[in-house]
Amino acid sequence: MLARRGFGRRGLLKFAIAMTASLALPPGMATAMADNLAKARRQSVIWLSFQECTGCLETLLRTDSPTIAALIFDFISLDYQEALMAASGSAAELTLRQAVAANKGKYLLAIDGSVPVADGGVYSLTGGKANVSMLEEFAPDAAAILAIGSCAAYGGIPKAFPNPTGAVGVEDVISNKPIINIPGCPPIPEVLSAVLVYFVSFGRLPELDDKKRPVAYFGTTIHDQCYRRPFYDQGKFAKSFDDEGARQGWCLFELGCKGPTTHNACASLKWNDGTSFPIESGHGCLGCSEPDFWDQEGGFYTSLAGGTGPGWRDAGIAAVAGIAGGAAASFAARHKTPKPMPETTE
Amino acid sequence: MTLLSFARGPGMQLATLILIAGMFWRLSGILLLRRRVAHAAARNPFAARLLGGGVAIFTRTIPRRTFWPRVGAGVALSYVFHVGLFIVLFGGAPHILVIHEIFGVAWPDLPKGVVVVASGITLAALILLLVRRLTHPVLRLLSTPDDYISWVIVVLPVATGILLSGETVASYGTLLALHILSIEALMIWLPFGKLMHVSLVFAGRFMLGYNFSRKGAAT
Repeated sequence: MLARRGFGRRGLLKFAIAMTASLALPPGMATAMADNLAKARRQSVIWLSFQECTGCLETLLRTDSPTIAALIFDFISLDYQEALMAASGSAAELTLRQAVAANKGKYLLAIDGSVPVADGGVYSLTGGKANVSMLEEFAPDAAAILAIGSCAAYGGIPKAFPNPTGAVGVEDVISNKPIINIPGCPPIPEVLSAVLVYFVSFGRLPELDDKKRPVAYFGTTIHDQCYRRPFYDQGKFAKSFDDEGARQGWCLFELGCKGPTTHNACASLKWNDGTSFPIESGHGCLGCSEPDFWDQEGGFYTSLAGGTGPGWRDAGIAAVAGIAGGAAASFAARHKTPKPMPETTE
Repeated sequence: MTLLSFARGPGMQLATLILIAGMFWRLSGILLLRRRVAHAAARNPFAARLLGGGVAIFTRTIPRRTFWPRVGAGVALSYVFHVGLFIVLFGGAPHILVIHEIFGVAWPDLPKGVVVVASGITLAALILLLVRRLTHPVLRLLSTPDDYISWVIVVLPVATGILLSGETVASYGTLLALHILSIEALMIWLPFGKLMHVSLVFAGRFMLGYNFSRKGAAT
């Protein structure tokens, strides 16, 4: 099939080398990956969109890596994706059932969007069926589940306080299947491509961290790879978005950048065909690939050094309570002590 | 909720409220204690007594020359650690940032390298002070749990701060959480142990000098 498309052994090896490098695999794995890819049957992928904004799908479609994208679509069979497929309504539902039946136990279940579970999951339905019910129905027959984007991985923005829909991530509903989280709002498309290639090549998911993210892309922080890092080490910080420091490209830590606590590959892979990433565009990292990034203490523009202290009212109450306690203790001491303190003052 | 979220949110709020309540409890308790009325006539006028109190704040910062051989090393180490802590606390960019966020005032920060070196010297001085406390027979006898708890409470922020600046051992997020939590532990302990001297030391020296001046003694 690859040969028919003019994709020879040399091209496949070049692609495999690029993928192994991207996944931080040993160079020797490139040949094995190329061999496996050449033999691989197209991997069935069933993509379900839940409570989401379609940004994750948009970012995948708009990747400026056409050769990779074209190749990915040669290796996988995207059997169901509501937004991309021509069919709709009952025909789409039929397609889904047929794809599941034909690839039972083998398909990759890709999920974007959070899973609302409050009130029986009525806040997000597809064909009249709650997302949570669909997930519980299709997950058991999947080989593995890809949670694409921060919503599918951790609940994302829908989970933000007060979370009226009871939004959760996939792993909060499904616990007995291999799950890989590819968080980000949106996620980096090359990461999804590489994960798919790895699975097609080796039949398993790549090495994951404690939050089920591929270590190759989430093993280090934005801060560690940031081109502004030398300014952090030198103590040169922009104090506002339009001061001289900002114009000089100094570190955005004091403006609330969450790069030091955010694991992702934005600073190395970048976006829009390697054009830039948010920090390069002059804004601090929001930490979108970390759980509950929307509800972090202090908000987006409070530095990591700070936090949320008590309000002045609570501080006043604490002071009054302290004075009252001190006065009570003092009077108790007076009552207890028969003689005054030896200290002499007027 | 992550450890860092707790440290930057509920932990910080709780620690701050306990610090405020504890400080006011201690200060009001001291101010409201009953004092004996002095019937003897004062040897110096009021202004001289105030001056005596003010002078004592400075004269009591260094021990009498007679005591230097016995206490000089301990005092020197204490000064090293206090000055180092001052440099770290008020010279470090992240600390100034926190102060700015709370009180709206800021000043230029020191280079990170200077702050790290000051942290290292502070930590070394603290360790030497502990060694002295453990090896000095009289000092060891006089030591109470408060001394050791306060030592730990002060060392932890310095140590975690050094690790955080180097971003070693653990992730930045974990180290930052531990650093903030250690500071919160200090805030909670401060009003209830010997660390309360941060707000009493100068007032105590002043009152000593004031009373001495009243009696006509040298301050």
